[in-house]
Amino acid sequence: MAIFKRKIVELASTDASENAIANKETEGLSQRQIVYKRFVGHRAAMISVFVLVFLTLFVYSALDFKLGPWKIHGWWKYRIEDIPELRTKDCPGGNVGCPTLSLRPKFLGGAGFGLGEHPFGQDDIGRDYFALVMKGAQRSIMVMFVVGIVGGVLGTVVGAISGFFRGTIDAVLMRFTDFIITIPSIIIGSVIGFHFGNLGATFLAFYLGLFSWTGLSRLVRGEFLKLRELEFVDAARVAGASNRRIIFKHILPNAVGVIIVSVTLLMSGAILLETALSYIGFGVVAPDVSLGLLISQYQDSFTSRPYLFWYPGFFIISIALSVNFIGDGLRDAFDPRQRRKLSLKNRRMRQVQTKTTNGGE
Amino acid sequence: MRRLGILLVILFGSSFILYNLAAISGDPLEGLRTSSEPSAKQQIVTLTRELHLNVPPPARYFLWLRGILGLFVGHIDFGNARNGQSVSELVQHAIPVTIRLVTAATIVAIILGITVGIVTALRQYSRFDYAMTFVSFLLYSLPVFWVAVLLKQYLAIRFNTFLQNPSVPVGWIIVFSCLSGIFWAGVVSGNRKRVLQIFIVVAIANAGLLEILSLLKWFAHPGLGPIFLFLAAVGTAFGVTQVSVGIRNRPALKAALAMAALALVSYYPSQYLFKHSQKLSTLLLMVLFTILLGALVGRLFAKIDRGPVVRTSIITGFVISLLMLLDKLMQTWAPYMATDAINGRPVPTIGQANSLLDQSDFWMSTLDTLMHLVLPTIALTLISFAGYVRFTRGTLLDVLNADYIRTARAKGLTERTVVMRHAFRNTLIPLTTIIVVDFAGIIGGAIITESVFGWVGMGTLFRQAISSFDLNLLMAVFFITASLSVVANLIADLLYSALDPRIRVGAGK
Repeated sequence: MAIFKRKIVELASTDASENAIANKETEGLSQRQIVYKRFVGHRAAMISVFVLVFLTLFVYSALDFKLGPWKIHGWWKYRIEDIPELRTKDCPGGNVGCPTLSLRPKFLGGAGFGLGEHPFGQDDIGRDYFALVMKGAQRSIMVMFVVGIVGGVLGTVVGAISGFFRGTIDAVLMRFTDFIITIPSIIIGSVIGFHFGNLGATFLAFYLGLFSWTGLSRLVRGEFLKLRELEFVDAARVAGASNRRIIFKHILPNAVGVIIVSVTLLMSGAILLETALSYIGFGVVAPDVSLGLLISQYQDSFTSRPYLFWYPGFFIISIALSVNFIGDGLRDAFDPRQRRKLSLKNRRMRQVQTKTTNGGE
Repeated sequence: MRRLGILLVILFGSSFILYNLAAISGDPLEGLRTSSEPSAKQQIVTLTRELHLNVPPPARYFLWLRGILGLFVGHIDFGNARNGQSVSELVQHAIPVTIRLVTAATIVAIILGITVGIVTALRQYSRFDYAMTFVSFLLYSLPVFWVAVLLKQYLAIRFNTFLQNPSVPVGWIIVFSCLSGIFWAGVVSGNRKRVLQIFIVVAIANAGLLEILSLLKWFAHPGLGPIFLFLAAVGTAFGVTQVSVGIRNRPALKAALAMAALALVSYYPSQYLFKHSQKLSTLLLMVLFTILLGALVGRLFAKIDRGPVVRTSIITGFVISLLMLLDKLMQTWAPYMATDAINGRPVPTIGQANSLLDQSDFWMSTLDTLMHLVLPTIALTLISFAGYVRFTRGTLLDVLNADYIRTARAKGLTERTVVMRHAFRNTLIPLTTIIVVDFAGIIGGAIITESVFGWVGMGTLFRQAISSFDLNLLMAVFFITASLSVVANLIADLLYSALDPRIRVGAGK
């Protein structure tokens, strides 16, 4: 009996909270506003947005940046081409080029907060490791966005066309998708990376994008197949809207959640793929810099100079992690089922209610 | 059948594209052309003849395809590698290595991932859920090569050093105990007082256990012995019964406990068996025998519903036999540590087997293989674990919101029945298909793991093929991974329709 009672209370309280949210939604918020509000309410995702924006600005402004005919000077004093003298002073264990970054305040016996000459240390020939890591992080962020854009656009176009028109076009496009899926991304990436690696990282990113749209296109297709059967599409058609208008004005805005979420996942996957390819030597190659390449160059010196290993890894993880969290926040924001989500406070209240009614259980 | 045909066409098409892409992207003779060696010209001629380099790539593809089509008459020919070795032979050696590498990791990741996924779904929006969400996202963002280096340093090298003098320092005991206390307190629901109780109990138990193990130098001479084995078996019996049919099902509990008792009785005979039979087949027979025994015991104890009881005792028997194997392996530990090849540093950082070790002793070489698997397995598990947690959690939450779950609860079924019988089984449907597809994909993903840990498997072949423009080798690796993924997709579709009667394969679209 007690269990039964509890369930009733639970149902009642869920209804109440759902009503509360539903009431809020009748306040006259558009779909976009609801999504925006939910996303802003997702704490981890908001933090991640700030982290990602900050990292991107930080990393790109550190080194010289060419924007068409203009050249913007970076705020960091070294370039990756500079070869300053190896620092030998104050380094433990007879190492050279140790990091000068100090986070321990003076009153705890440290050197105070400061970057110093070479915050992340120097590599074997004395190049400033901070500059190298910045360059590598730029590469990763660039690859991430290029793959996201190329893969996202291709996947959306293919998925939309095959989902909307169905029939033969659908069959052909989906077989073509299957076709690309059979080629594991790491294999195609290595073949491309190794043989065209000298064409530069942008080219590599572009190619990776060309082979990474398959999952997205299947999702978009599914979404289009579902949406095109709905009444509002029929209504639009009756009103005389062209196919183009139906796709862009009626279906695409409704499928945008699925697209955005899987593009973020695609992007975080792209970072890991690029660094992994560079790590095994098939991605970004030697004169250029990549975080994966840096790690593979200095993994053997982990015992003596661990900082050469930690910093590139730290940047990979923070970029990938923040993108993943943003994706999670977006998923929650776009997912209509998430309306059931209760805040911690509500949940507590519910627990208290349950406790008081079935105390004897 | 029609699907199979389409898949074959797809495979044909994608291999054609990749072949040509790889062929035009590099010249295998480039190194020789610029070489100043006197024999270079000769080599160019031989290589050109052997690899048919004078035939343009699209046509050469069909020469390659002819060898592959031998698949249907039982003799597949991948052609020769650059150095004249048969690619089929190379692949035959490489495949078992890679499979060994990924199988363990996949199984561990699936079991752990599903378990944690279920717990987080049941405790949605709890602190434990948030913590596990964060951890799984973190793991999801980790590059495997980076983790591997860390594991090598901290797990292998430090742990080996620790084993030189295996006493756990007090600080570590406190840290470990608090961590496990927090973990279990998070898993168990309840009010603050109960959580605190659980935390204290678990932490103290953990600290005590570690201290005792440390004092007894257990880490140098591990083993369970008959008594601990029996205790563990009883624990298994209770655990399996609870999860499988619920502790209230007395016949099942009795059957499971009987299996535990049988384990105690058969401890010494099995030790004798372990000592004198050094073959994998005997072991498999033993496990099979335990399963049969479980079935028999289950039948004896069952009253009304035979199925669940038999199932419980079979699972219990299986787990217990694994425990006994573990015990035997632990006993092998001390002699293994003492051998010259190991020299007291048992966790290897690189390679797939210790070549210096005497391979005649079955237990010794098994332990050696397992020790070499430890680090790669952990690395791969950490990476793929996150995906399973997220997926299980998401699917289970969807299912738990379904109306039939509400109905099941309204009927007054126990929470265990609702979760395990109604919800989890339905979660398994999409999960199975994901697992099957993942398993095919992980072979491609093993390329990096292999390179970090110095295993010679498919990944190594692949890297070798790319850096030396070895087209036949590259295509062999591609062909195997691609066919695996195609077959896996097919199996996934078939499984999906087998598990979910609402979906029919080949139904009119």
